[in-house]
Amino acid sequence: MTAAIAHLGRFTLQVLRSLGHAAFFFIDLLRFSPAALRRFGLVVAQVHAIGNRSLIIIAASGLAVGFVLALQMYYALVTYGAAESLGLIVNLALVRELGPVVTALLFAGRAGTSLTAEIGLMKAGEQLAAMELMAIDPRARVLAPRFLAGIVSMPILALIFSAVGILGAYVVAVLLIGVDAGNFWSIMQDRVDVWRDLGNGIVKSAVFGLICTFVALYQGYETQATPEGVAHATTRTVVIASLGVLGMDFILTALMFSTP
Amino acid sequence: MRESAPFLLRRVAPSTLHSDSLIEIDRVSFGYDASRTILNDVSLRFERGKVTAILGGSGCGKTTLLRLIAGVHPATSGRVVFDGEAVNAQDKAQLYRLRRRLGMLFQFGALFTDLTVFENVAFPLREHTDLPESMVRDIVLMKLNAVGLRGAAALRISEVSGGMARRIALARAIALDPELIMYDEPFAGLDPISMGVAANLIRKLNDATGATSLMVSHDVLECFSICDYAYLLSSQGQVVAHGSPDELKASPHPEVRQFIRGEPDGPVRFHYPAPPLAQDLGVSA
Amino acid sequence: MKTRNTEILVGTFVLLGFVALFFLALKAANLGNFSTEPTYAISARFDNIGGLKARAPVRSAGVTVGRVTAITLDPKTYQGVVSMDIRNGFQFPKDSSAKILTAGLLGDQYVGLEPGAAEANLAAGATITQTQSALVLENLIGQMLFNMAADAGSTGGAKP
Repeated sequence: MTAAIAHLGRFTLQVLRSLGHAAFFFIDLLRFSPAALRRFGLVVAQVHAIGNRSLIIIAASGLAVGFVLALQMYYALVTYGAAESLGLIVNLALVRELGPVVTALLFAGRAGTSLTAEIGLMKAGEQLAAMELMAIDPRARVLAPRFLAGIVSMPILALIFSAVGILGAYVVAVLLIGVDAGNFWSIMQDRVDVWRDLGNGIVKSAVFGLICTFVALYQGYETQATPEGVAHATTRTVVIASLGVLGMDFILTALMFSTP
Repeated sequence: MRESAPFLLRRVAPSTLHSDSLIEIDRVSFGYDASRTILNDVSLRFERGKVTAILGGSGCGKTTLLRLIAGVHPATSGRVVFDGEAVNAQDKAQLYRLRRRLGMLFQFGALFTDLTVFENVAFPLREHTDLPESMVRDIVLMKLNAVGLRGAAALRISEVSGGMARRIALARAIALDPELIMYDEPFAGLDPISMGVAANLIRKLNDATGATSLMVSHDVLECFSICDYAYLLSSQGQVVAHGSPDELKASPHPEVRQFIRGEPDGPVRFHYPAPPLAQDLGVSA
Repeated sequence: MKTRNTEILVGTFVLLGFVALFFLALKAANLGNFSTEPTYAISARFDNIGGLKARAPVRSAGVTVGRVTAITLDPKTYQGVVSMDIRNGFQFPKDSSAKILTAGLLGDQYVGLEPGAAEANLAAGATITQTQSALVLENLIGQMLFNMAADAGSTGGAKP
């Protein structure tokens, strides 16, 4: 019995300790970000690796989600004679929620795991140690540019997701089903607010980008330098980043969209 | 045998340097955790301008010694002195200054896999100096020429062999003309030709630049062919013997003899500690 | 060199992001509608504003002429005070009336303005006094039940 309690105590201490370790890592990332901004070429190269390479999957997913949303919402709305509001519903769903969240989940899977694996393998191959012995801080040269690139790329990807989704919904609603094109756009334009809906969506995606990139970099940096270690680290990245995004989404939605 | 060294940034007259020690390890003890000390009260001296080898079995603290010199870890007791200055692992500014004067060759090269060969060697130049790209290009090509790989400058790291990677890492380590070059297992896993090339390079570089070279290895033959002095560490983390290669070859000390001759059983036991065989097999003795 | 290509691609990526942003903001939201038109402010008092919210449209004859900016309670008269911004191109007579109407059966509520017959127009800061409050469902039901009870009483003989 006492052994179980001691075990629980040790486990709690361990969790607290790794939380503290992660917090220090986060502060380090912030600390080295200004230096990374001065080496802007590094950030640009990372935006290419993280953002550009995610473009195809994000756009394809956005299109698919737009198609499906339009179809499903149509069947629900047409029973109330509110099929004209299809554009509005799809827009709000995408811009407020699905754009930031689905993009973040895809981002964690695609860019997050590749970041974790890259940093983990650099550590395993002693590249980070070699850099340190050359009197170059790897956190400033390797980690901070990737951190900034992730925070910048995520909102762009989320916007592209939402835009492509709305276009996809247009194709299904207007061209395939026959909803009136004029109403599709005008009802949407009338009721979607740039600051409240779009602006909050952008803030959400920036926060999600920060979470995903931070988790990915931390897991990569702390991984064991073995194949199993890297495999576990990439799994943890996806799990922790996804849970973090979903949890943060709940909090942000409650803050931003609760009716006054 | 002294040839001109066109790949140097600054000229150094080799043999007239004062032959006192560049590095002094003064009664240092160290362990990664409190339960296991790797180095036990060891004292070593590495003379300027000479090639010194650190020999020993696996896990006896050779690589740890290199890390202590570079200030990666602080010694638990004793001090590490670099060119008269005590190394303080907590002082980031001092470490920065110190590390600019040394170059380290990691066991597997530790090359940056996302850059080309050229970019790898150019890395320290671009990070630490403000030299214009044309000068950087010239220096990189000269360093690659010194290791015989100028023609490979455009290759990606995934396209080079293990021996080539080692040489590229060496070119990168000498990019800023360091006073101290440290080699971590430079001969491990190389074919005989590559080993000969590596040994040749280590010796020639040391003589041409007047640098001090430290080799950590367990390849006695190659080390003895090029080093001026050698230390032998035991698995308990202590200095067993030291001297010139000839002195060590003639040493009557049993541990030294076992290591140098490569005998399977001697002071370093063949069998891992275990109960008697009869007991394990369940046969009455 | 590799960096030049990379920069071009990243620039394209960022450009796509901006294109998406502009599309969403202008074509799919209300930024394109009401950006920089000059407006003048008026207010109206209602006994019950119902479900009216800020940023609801103000319409006259069905055409959107302005937006609701703020809704507060007057502590002295206990009436709801609705502040609105009307576009400068639309002037309404001083005796215009304001009603709170519902768009469609389940839609949001908006303010409907009906022009009066006065010569002078509403100035900035003026208050509309003739108002009709929003329909409250409970009051309607209560009224209906009362009417039904009154009808039953009048046809079925007087009840003590």
